[in-house]
Amino acid sequence: MAYNTDTHAVAVAHGHATFMGIDNRKMAFWAFIGSECLLFGSLISTYLVYKGRSLTGPYPHEILNIPFTSFSTFDLLMSSLAMVLALAAIQRGDMKQGKLWLLITALLGLVFLGGQFWEFSHFVHEGLGLTTNLFGSTFYVLTGTHGAHVTVGVIWLLTLWIQAMRGKLGPGNALTVEITGLYWHFVDVVWIVIFTVVYLIQ
Amino acid sequence: MSEQAHATTGTYLRVAAILVMITLIEVGVFYVPAFQSAVVPVLLVLSAVKFALVVMFYMHLKFDNRFFTFLFGGPLILALAVAISLMFIFYGAIHLRSGT
Repeated sequence: MAYNTDTHAVAVAHGHATFMGIDNRKMAFWAFIGSECLLFGSLISTYLVYKGRSLTGPYPHEILNIPFTSFSTFDLLMSSLAMVLALAAIQRGDMKQGKLWLLITALLGLVFLGGQFWEFSHFVHEGLGLTTNLFGSTFYVLTGTHGAHVTVGVIWLLTLWIQAMRGKLGPGNALTVEITGLYWHFVDVVWIVIFTVVYLIQ
Repeated sequence: MSEQAHATTGTYLRVAAILVMITLIEVGVFYVPAFQSAVVPVLLVLSAVKFALVVMFYMHLKFDNRFFTFLFGGPLILALAVAISLMFIFYGAIHLRSGT
């Protein structure tokens, strides 16, 4: 029984290799990202289907701020760069750089969230609420769901950073950081699509 | 392909530079009136290139086990098919109602 408990503890800490030689945690996370594709696919589809069908304003071209959103896009792209640099540093055992890039990634995520909060506040002030028109409903649900994902990502990144600062994250946990990175980059690619479909193609 | 055979820091920086340049082009295409006739296909292609670059290099799909490409690509294709089908169904119904 003691042997089984120890084996289980080791398995939880290091994951299992599947029969294909792939780590089970990474495989499960890619499957999760696949399911997220369907979630965001349905939200983006809903936005597109109701695009231009609002009977009352404000309309997209009246309130969307392209220069501001371009900055948010740049911010999120740079956070993805910071994330891969964090992973690369941790994989080579450079924890000082790893901690720095993890913190920068989280801070860039917070900047994005601050921008989204400002944008939503501005839109509400301009008269666009969740139930104002079809544009408001589909816009807030789509970008709000994305913002919720960014929030989860920032909390995840800060948790890793705190673990790293306490010396509990090292090169042996590189896969944990890689999985966090997969989530963060997915949030980035979803924004790449939203920026084009919602903001640029009006 | 080995799961550990990832890109170098130089590759990450070059990809970031390309992503920023494409974003600048996208914003430029949005504002320049001469591009307005082709703005939708151009923006969709540029967005797809950015999407592919992040997935291939930052998510390491180019270097990782091909099974991950299947796990990600399968649902992605399904999501695209759903989106395109819904567009056809919805806009087709509108055209039928309006008789155009």
